[in-house]
Amino acid sequence: MSLLYHIGRYFMLLGEVFSKPERLSIYWKRTVEEMDLLGVKSLGIVSLLSLFMGAVITIQTKTNIDSPLIPQYVVGFTVRQSTILEFSPTIISLILAGKVGSTIAAEIGSMRVREQIDALDIMGVNSAGYLILPKIIATALINPFLIIISMFLSIFGGWLAGTLSGIISSSDYITGVQYDFDPYIVTYALIKTVVFAVIIATVSAYQGYYTTGGTREVGISSTKAVVYSDVVILIANYLLTQLLLL
Amino acid sequence: MIEVKNLSKSFGNVEVLQDINTTFVKGKVNQIIGKSGSGKSVLAKCIVGLYVPTKGQVLYNGESFHDMDKDQKKQLRQEIGMLFQSNALFDSLTVMENVMFPLKMFATMSEREMRERALFCLKRVKIEGQGKKFPAEISGGMQKRVGIARAIAMKPKYLFVDEPNSGLDPQTSIVIDELIQEITEEYETTTIVITHDMNSVMGIADEIYFIHNKRLWWQGTRPELLKSDNQELQEFIFAGSLMRQVRKAMKSG
Ligand SMILES: Nc1ncnc2c1ncn2[C@@H]1O[C@H](COP(=O)(O)OP(=O)(O)O)[C@@H](O)[C@H]1O
Ligand SMILES: [Mg+2]
Repeated sequence: MSLLYHIGRYFMLLGEVFSKPERLSIYWKRTVEEMDLLGVKSLGIVSLLSLFMGAVITIQTKTNIDSPLIPQYVVGFTVRQSTILEFSPTIISLILAGKVGSTIAAEIGSMRVREQIDALDIMGVNSAGYLILPKIIATALINPFLIIISMFLSIFGGWLAGTLSGIISSSDYITGVQYDFDPYIVTYALIKTVVFAVIIATVSAYQGYYTTGGTREVGISSTKAVVYSDVVILIANYLLTQLLLL
Repeated sequence: MIEVKNLSKSFGNVEVLQDINTTFVKGKVNQIIGKSGSGKSVLAKCIVGLYVPTKGQVLYNGESFHDMDKDQKKQLRQEIGMLFQSNALFDSLTVMENVMFPLKMFATMSEREMRERALFCLKRVKIEGQGKKFPAEISGGMQKRVGIARAIAMKPKYLFVDEPNSGLDPQTSIVIDELIQEITEEYETTTIVITHDMNSVMGIADEIYFIHNKRLWWQGTRPELLKSDNQELQEFIFAGSLMRQVRKAMKSG
């Protein structure tokens, strides 16, 4: 079906999601559960990826700019800039789209094909709000923390790789990390992160919510959730970068 | 009482139901029968408002569902209990929590009163010992009972049951059927049961609605059903060997 149809239906679903909830206390309880499921449980993979990401940037920067004319601290500076501007907010969000997005689509999709969403609707519960809103709030609240942790660990991973392999001294690296620091880049990164979090939660929920058929279709929705989240994140990344940095 | 007027439903170009007109009676077990794929579930989903009919309307006690505003629909929905073909229990919640769910969403009761009501419903369907288990940990028949308990938690005026016997052994089927019949009498619900199981029809149906060729082909009571000379209806009800024997016995007096 046409792209316009999906975009229209996506925004109509969002309208449902943000309409009046039945019981706020229940929504809040569900949000906390989702923060655990979608956020805290992603901490391991995010940490691992970030450490190695920083390590690789350090080694690559060092081997690529190994000239006596360029000061040593440039390595630390490069790791900091690329981590904060792009690697942590964008790459980690893409990874989270894979992990969190597929979880969301599979959960909501299987509820759809097993008539559980119909059951909610029949009871008079706003099923879109009940199922999706806690996920949006949870990811939008928890992803910035994940990304900040990722930033620290990436920069730390760079330091670790640099000093362990002896390609750069600890003090040079730290000088570079602190060099000409503009806190605005963190703000920029966190704005991106929140936007990406909302994209992951809503695009994936959309795929799950409109699943038709059976378990096979749930799998297809889950894959689509990741692919479309990634595509929308990349487009949003381009637009936000123009908007916020130019 | 639920009235259906000139109801048609199409998906794209495919028409599933055409010009259905009928009334479902309060305090009775109204059974919709028909072959698989004949549109029974679609009809039920049009009636409860999960699907929007392409044409026609559904009246609840004289009020058109379509014309109700959001709050009125919500109010009405709280008076509807539905047992789904796939049970549709929430699998991350325990049996007890499933039954308490509609109460937690809507009822103005204390936590204790909710528990008491839920326990009462579980007792009513005779599975009060299973409250702490998760749906995946109990048998299909018990899941149906939990579904019924959840459906009656809010003391519904309208009860919808989609294929209550699918996947159940004959004995358990009868127990579930009887439960549906008893609850219909106790709560005086307008009960609509969808089935293609003739055992269930012969067991509990007060009024029977036969869907065939997109239409409401035939409607009547159990005695009328057996006497009917409607060709397509006959083919449907006497498709099974047991029912054929019933016919033989009837003919030989
Ligand atoms: N959401 C839908 N979209 C398109 N076709 C549907 C949908 N739901 C049901 N149908 C079609 O309507 C027909 C009747 O289905 P259904 O009412 O489920 O049959 P049954 O009588 O077995 O309950 C089937 O051919 C089915 O494919
Ligand atoms: Mg059906």
